Amino acid sequence: METISIRAPSTPSSATKARRSARTRLPAAIALLPTALVVLVVYIGCMLWTVRLSFTSSTLLPKLDWFGLTQYMRLFANDRFVTSAENIVIFGVLFISGCLIIGFLMAVFIDQNVRGEGLFRTVFLYPYSMSFVVTGVAWQWFLNPGLGLQKLVRDMGFESFTFDWLVNQRMAIYTIVIAGLWHGSGLTMAIMLAGLRGVDKDLWKAAKVDGIPTWRVYTSVVLPLLRPMVVTATVLLATGVVKLYDLVVAMTLGGPGIATEVPAKFVMDHLFERNNIGLGTAAATIMLITVVIVLAPWVYARYVRPQGRHA
Amino acid sequence: MSMTTRVSAYTLSIALIWSTGAFAQQMKAEVLHWWTSAGESASVKVFADQFTKAGGTWVDNAIAGGANARTAGINRMVGGNPPTMMQFNTGKQFDELVSNDLVRDVDQQAQAGKWRQIMPKPIVDATVREGKFFAVPVNIHGQNWMFYNTKIFADAGLEPPKTFPELVESGEKLKAKGIIPLALGGQPTWEHNLFRAVVVGHGGADMFRQLYGTRKPDVVKTPKFKETVELFGKMRGLVDPGSPGRNWNDATALVITNKAAMHFNGDWAKGEFIAAGQTAGKEYGCTVVGQEPKLVIGGDVFVFPATKDKAALATQDKLIQVLLDPATQIEFNKKKGSIPVRMDVDVSSMDICAQKSHAILSDPANQVESMEILSPPNFSGAMQDAVTQYWNNPNMSADAFIEKIVSAMRDAT
Repeated sequence: METISIRAPSTPSSATKARRSARTRLPAAIALLPTALVVLVVYIGCMLWTVRLSFTSSTLLPKLDWFGLTQYMRLFANDRFVTSAENIVIFGVLFISGCLIIGFLMAVFIDQNVRGEGLFRTVFLYPYSMSFVVTGVAWQWFLNPGLGLQKLVRDMGFESFTFDWLVNQRMAIYTIVIAGLWHGSGLTMAIMLAGLRGVDKDLWKAAKVDGIPTWRVYTSVVLPLLRPMVVTATVLLATGVVKLYDLVVAMTLGGPGIATEVPAKFVMDHLFERNNIGLGTAAATIMLITVVIVLAPWVYARYVRPQGRHA
Repeated sequence: MSMTTRVSAYTLSIALIWSTGAFAQQMKAEVLHWWTSAGESASVKVFADQFTKAGGTWVDNAIAGGANARTAGINRMVGGNPPTMMQFNTGKQFDELVSNDLVRDVDQQAQAGKWRQIMPKPIVDATVREGKFFAVPVNIHGQNWMFYNTKIFADAGLEPPKTFPELVESGEKLKAKGIIPLALGGQPTWEHNLFRAVVVGHGGADMFRQLYGTRKPDVVKTPKFKETVELFGKMRGLVDPGSPGRNWNDATALVITNKAAMHFNGDWAKGEFIAAGQTAGKEYGCTVVGQEPKLVIGGDVFVFPATKDKAALATQDKLIQVLLDPATQIEFNKKKGSIPVRMDVDVSSMDICAQKSHAILSDPANQVESMEILSPPNFSGAMQDAVTQYWNNPNMSADAFIEKIVSAMRDAT
């Protein structure tokens, strides 16, 4: 990527110019070489190494035999991995859409020039400064039926109040979503707010002259203008979804049963606790393929197609 | 002027570093372990103090979390920069280090110290590879203890149960009185630990060994195994709704604070009772549930990474001496909650649970090797997944659970 962008500005109109640009290009190339090497060796190299290991029978130490697709067959026959995959879809969809909606609404609220804006901004953004581990532990306490919300409401006199999602197999994954939303919405709000502040004041004046209701301006005029912000926020949130691990470990440890297992935890457990490098890397490879499949159309639409049209 | 001072300061500091390095070469032991909780670090300090007394320098490298510590240590060994001594659990965790010649064999010391005679056979078998000791066991942990609150049982007019059907029965009675019969840390590890206590206590030592050791599907297809599984399933009703996700020490605390009657755990849970100022045999009791009291034992060992450095070898020899010294063993195990790995030491100064443990283990027929010794981590992990699914899903039939064990036996061995 880097090397391409260096070459792009040079305009080879004449031989001397080309030579001069080659002279200036060399130091730049040298300066970028370490980065390029790191990208090639550490990122791409490790990725290929992981994929290769997923076709082996490696246990504690890597071993370079050929095991065919056996690890993948085991992986898809494994309840826990299948549950993990379903969970990450549930979490991903609800977390990203939830953060975008809540974040946008909070940003709109602050954008109304409310009094104490600084306070609200801080309060909304504050959860993001917590690590997922702290978030997880706090929500675990808060949602624990014997300690937190349920007990609080029951102690106030509502004896029949029940909120046991955390310990309920079917609902536990949604508690992870709730904690995730609490953590991530603030960042989305900050990004959206920056976008809202960048909206031209004249647009608002024009809309007011035409007598368009405010909500309509937000949905039909402002939101389309915020597209870059939405994309940025989505990408940031999506990386959070893929690497979701610490929140689950701190909050439920994958339980009750295997109800809140996620792929990253599956990989970590098998690589580092269960001495099963083969199965762990197979799961990691599936995660990689999924991410590529999800990202490919977007990358194509964003980078490949426009360039092709210009050329 | 300033240049010269700077240069001399530089050379001086280099010389200092170099000389301290040379000095420490003599008996410097870097020890990698994961004993980080209060009780654990107090116990490892016993070793450190004894080693210092013997003229060595103990460099403590404690890494929180067993899996983290093992990964860090293995990476260093493979990378050629190993610690002097490193902790593992008794069992298969260091198998591949032995087969790759990364750890030193200590059989010479073992023969001189008669380890094969003074240590229980399951511990010896778990440490010996190809006829040689490759690690030094330092303690024995019993994993299937039941701790109970003596006051709750006395108030209810009940005796602590001796078998698992009895346990379910008295559990129901306690539940009717509004007491949590069974305190459980609802995390997969502890659910699995409870399951193993039921298997060895109700199914017997042979079933336990076949399930975790030989891992042939025949054993799980017997009616006795199904009965054991169903009994385990009945125990779901004995835990409180707050159990899922609870840490084991919070579960122990329920017994300490008179909220729960019984709690299954390894003898490391004693540390919690001690920290709360309670005495074994007074506020709480400990017993092994089952027709015959079989104790599932595991523990910790230290391995010594292979080296050609003579000074390092001498340091390792000294460490081995320190670890197995009888007085050190008693002191260490008092703090750790385990019992000495040498059966030839006098345990009368230890608490009543440790004495009970020692008495049970004095009969070799009562020694059952732990899952960590019998199974590779891959299989125990797959079992754990199956157990936690069964435990948390009351609608899952015993047969479906057994089917999961069969596939774990097929895929994860």
